[in-house]
Amino acid sequence: MRFAIPVFPGSNCDKDCLHVLGNVLQQDAFFVFHKEKKLPPTDAVVLPGGFSYGDYLRSGAIARFSPIMDDVIRFAEAGGIVLGICNGFQIMLEAGLLPGAMRLNTCGHFVCKDVWLRVENGETMLTCNAGKGAVLGMPIAHAEGNYYAPPEMLKEIEDNGQVLFRYCDIDGNVTPEVNPNGTANNIAGIMNREGNCFGMMPHPERASECILGSDQGRVLFESLIKSFGGRTPKCGCRG
Amino acid sequence: MAENVFNVSVVVMPKSEILDPQGKAIIGALKSLDFAEVQDARIGKMVHLKLSGASRDAVYARATQMAKSLLSNPVTEDFKVIVE
Repeated sequence: MRFAIPVFPGSNCDKDCLHVLGNVLQQDAFFVFHKEKKLPPTDAVVLPGGFSYGDYLRSGAIARFSPIMDDVIRFAEAGGIVLGICNGFQIMLEAGLLPGAMRLNTCGHFVCKDVWLRVENGETMLTCNAGKGAVLGMPIAHAEGNYYAPPEMLKEIEDNGQVLFRYCDIDGNVTPEVNPNGTANNIAGIMNREGNCFGMMPHPERASECILGSDQGRVLFESLIKSFGGRTPKCGCRG
Repeated sequence: MAENVFNVSVVVMPKSEILDPQGKAIIGALKSLDFAEVQDARIGKMVHLKLSGASRDAVYARATQMAKSLLSNPVTEDFKVIVE
């Protein structure tokens, strides 16, 4: 499966994504510089984490107008798979590929730690291998991960099953105590109504190899590849 | 018509229903400095622009487009355009 990874000034998880998709999962992953106006032929786009344009103005606000984004939006509107991780999620919100917006964390500062996520919808291209109710451990690292949607929009997102993940404890309990940033309904990731655009604040690409402390993010990439009809190698550390 | 240069300010504020963690921190800090009268504080942004245009109205309209497309996020923020 071909994965295009746009690189913006300030992207810093682009190489992690390239490594996991290319080296770990043996897919055809490649970078696309943000100044390009057209995506090369690809099956999916992964918008990586980082601090595009220094997070000036609002996270993702300026990257959203990078030359490559017009074609990413066209690709998404034609049904192409787009996954935004952390800053990539923020860029997708700013670009209108996903509903809602990000606010500063309620604690007022950058939060970097391991969290647990409960899969809320197990019937999506990103979560089908994990399944509903699965609890996955992976890190977050952001200052603006406090997801917000106006009440009617939030209800629509919930009613349509667009919530992919919620922050939870190790047993899958979703409580205010484990909400790391004040996000609405403990939401950590959502998709669009059509089910081809995905955004999440936690970093599955930093949790795809046992040697890095967790390989529980790997299942999300494997789901995408399997949904697309591709194959992935067995996890080396599990045999 | 000759073009003039106008000083324009775009003030962007979080919507009233949006929690503003920076504002909350300011309230706490001011109270700790014995400014007990502080009831609320909210932090936004101000963008100063120099814009060329034929008239104040034309410049106002252009700045409003800028505020809508880039300078504010309509989901979480309100804005005000001031042409000097």
